[in-house]
Amino acid sequence: MLTIKNLHARVEAKEILRGIDLQVNPGEVHAIMGPNGSGKSTLAGVLAGRAAYEVTDGTVTYKGLDLLDLSAEERAREGVFLAFQYPVEIPGVNNTYFLKAALNAVRKHRGEEELDAMEFLQLVREKLKILHIDQSLLNRPVNEGFSGGEKKRNEIFQMAVLDPLLAILDETDSGLDIDALKSVADGVNALRSPDRAIIVVTHYQRLLNYIVPDFVHVLARGQIVKSGGKELALELEERGYDWLLESTGRSLVGAG
Amino acid sequence: MSTSTDTIEELANREYKYGFVSDIEADAVPKGLTEETVRLISRIKSEPEWMLEWRLRAFRHWQTMEEPHWENVKFSPVDYQEIVYYSAPKPKKVLSSIDEVDPDLLQTFEKLGISLDEQKRLTNVAVDAVFDSVSVATTFKGKLADMGIIFCSMSEALREHPDLVKQYLGTVVPYSDNYYATLNSAVFSDGSFCYVPKGVRCPMELSTYFRINAENTGQFERTLLVADEGAYVSYLEGCTAPMRDENQLHAAVVELVALPGATIKYSTVQNWYPGDKNGVGGIFNFVTKRGKCAERAKISWTQVETGSAITWKYPSCILQGDDSVGEFYSVALTNNYQQADTGTKMVHIGKNTRSTIVSKGISAGRGQNTYRGLVRVNAGAENARNYSQCDSLLLGDKCGAHTFPYIEVKNPTAKVEHEASTSKIGEDQIFYCNQRGISTEDAINMIVNGFCKEVFRELPMEFAVEAQKLLGVSLEGSVG
Ligand SMILES: Nc1ncnc2c1ncn2[C@@H]1O[C@H](COP(=O)(O)OP(=O)(O)OP(=O)(O)O)[C@@H](O)[C@H]1O
Ligand SMILES: [Mg+2]
Repeated sequence: MLTIKNLHARVEAKEILRGIDLQVNPGEVHAIMGPNGSGKSTLAGVLAGRAAYEVTDGTVTYKGLDLLDLSAEERAREGVFLAFQYPVEIPGVNNTYFLKAALNAVRKHRGEEELDAMEFLQLVREKLKILHIDQSLLNRPVNEGFSGGEKKRNEIFQMAVLDPLLAILDETDSGLDIDALKSVADGVNALRSPDRAIIVVTHYQRLLNYIVPDFVHVLARGQIVKSGGKELALELEERGYDWLLESTGRSLVGAG
Repeated sequence: MSTSTDTIEELANREYKYGFVSDIEADAVPKGLTEETVRLISRIKSEPEWMLEWRLRAFRHWQTMEEPHWENVKFSPVDYQEIVYYSAPKPKKVLSSIDEVDPDLLQTFEKLGISLDEQKRLTNVAVDAVFDSVSVATTFKGKLADMGIIFCSMSEALREHPDLVKQYLGTVVPYSDNYYATLNSAVFSDGSFCYVPKGVRCPMELSTYFRINAENTGQFERTLLVADEGAYVSYLEGCTAPMRDENQLHAAVVELVALPGATIKYSTVQNWYPGDKNGVGGIFNFVTKRGKCAERAKISWTQVETGSAITWKYPSCILQGDDSVGEFYSVALTNNYQQADTGTKMVHIGKNTRSTIVSKGISAGRGQNTYRGLVRVNAGAENARNYSQCDSLLLGDKCGAHTFPYIEVKNPTAKVEHEASTSKIGEDQIFYCNQRGISTEDAINMIVNGFCKEVFRELPMEFAVEAQKLLGVSLEGSVG
């Protein structure tokens, strides 16, 4: 589904991704962990098409398409969803209206009929139940004045409604209380299916108890320095990242 | 980083799409302004003697005045002797129905999307179309006449209802009011007149479309609306003008008279030629709009200003009677080199008078947007209330927004509140929308629309749609 080869990217002349290779198949859940500033959000942003990042080398293939060739909105319409580490506030734009516009843009692209207000509300109610989201959030401007946890839940709610093929969750668990963590995990698990893939960026092994990954990768200094199964997360929890950074120090110099 | 910025600019830089010139014979007075010009205009229009006297008083007063220059708008001086002060399209013969209107003219309206066909688009709107200076077609007159409502061109009103005109003309905006209003008083060509009798609720939105056509024709519309005791009227004014290279002066005057218990709702969508990308050409829109409220009367101004090179406009309310209410809802958009200096004046004279001001300024390109408002509470205005909210939205970083709220309170019981905010459409907001499948254009529309929501809500339905189209946006759905 997603094949990343030798991906290099920079922000304002600073190289951040320095040769990422990653293969994600349908049905899989990949966890990406790694120290602060290692490039996790950058990778997520590059995949989603954020203009601030300049790809300097490498390829990304998604469903047989050259992903880097598509605009951000085309990627979204093709089923790429990014749950933002820092969801953006859009004052004056009603949350439900925003989501309906988004869904209909995606549906139109898929050749499906746009949903009318009634059909949309029905869909929204269904998804609300799974995620235990306070209905009042729907009638407020997008993310404006939402608490940290509410913003994260709202991301997952949007994901549930938009029904993506490739979901990238950037630290969606940060700042969530235990109950919220569970409902976010429920939301993600509900999306798990043989034809979908999920990439979870997280700092905490705890989330992976609820969303059990097939693979865990460690991103450090712009490269994937280690990959393994779900037990790697437990090992990281215990040992931190230092042992990995030391062992790759030499190759980084070589790559630089 | 550049992609969405470019698109924002591209959107802001859309070519003016109403730029065409109709080829209709114009009956014009030679350019330049002398006492003779004033007499000639009055004579062509077969006006009563008192009208000519009034015009001449205005003209003589104007000659003693200096062109004003405000802090926040910059423009090259207007040569008043280069302007043609009167131009009427020549009809082939006297018109008794729309079918007889010059087909070229109708086509011009067609291009503007203004259909005079009552059945079609404006089923609920009576249109008094001002083409250049003279009204060419008036619809729905019969129906209104049955209710005693007079709605016609100012020229016709001067012929058919001279006493009403004489009674109210200049009572809200005196001929000596300001440079442009005084000029207008001397040379006004035409405009609309409306009188709604006691207790009558006008059953439809009254509408005028102005259009500036003949080259170098200054437009000097004069509009007078009178709502008698307990009457209600909602009036729509829409303007588009074809593309021009030279700046054109537009100095209109609108006077509203709301007698005891009456309500007047006055809505404007202004889309005159703003000049090109480099700030060449465009309309100078120097307008004086004012309403006077008797006791329990209410005047509500709503405006969506997207056109003109320079807009200078402060629709105001004189809250003279006790318990009267004034409202001002405004959206002003400037891009490229457009300048807007707009706002309102709320003058509280009577007791328990209330006013509300909601101003939304959108600046793009190198546009400069200024809100200038005055809230004055006179000594006798016990328990006056004002609430003002001025918000600015910036697209890009070469534009500007300025807010000058003046508050003069001479009565200690007054409550005056002012809130202001400035925000910017950020790259991160656009990306967030893009990531959800929403195009940059739709994202900007959505954000701009959300920003203007409180004002659009005040517009009559027909106009709300027009206004949103004008801002290049589609209205937020009723969902949620
Ligand atoms: N717009 C930018 N300008 C300059 N530097 C940037 C920009 N965006 C990201 N960076 C830098 O790139 C590096 C990687 O940032 P990124 O957000 O991808 O890290 P991360 O792995 O997601 O970290 P965290 O775990 O703290 O979220 C950091 O050093 C960051 O400061
Ligand atoms: Mg991050």
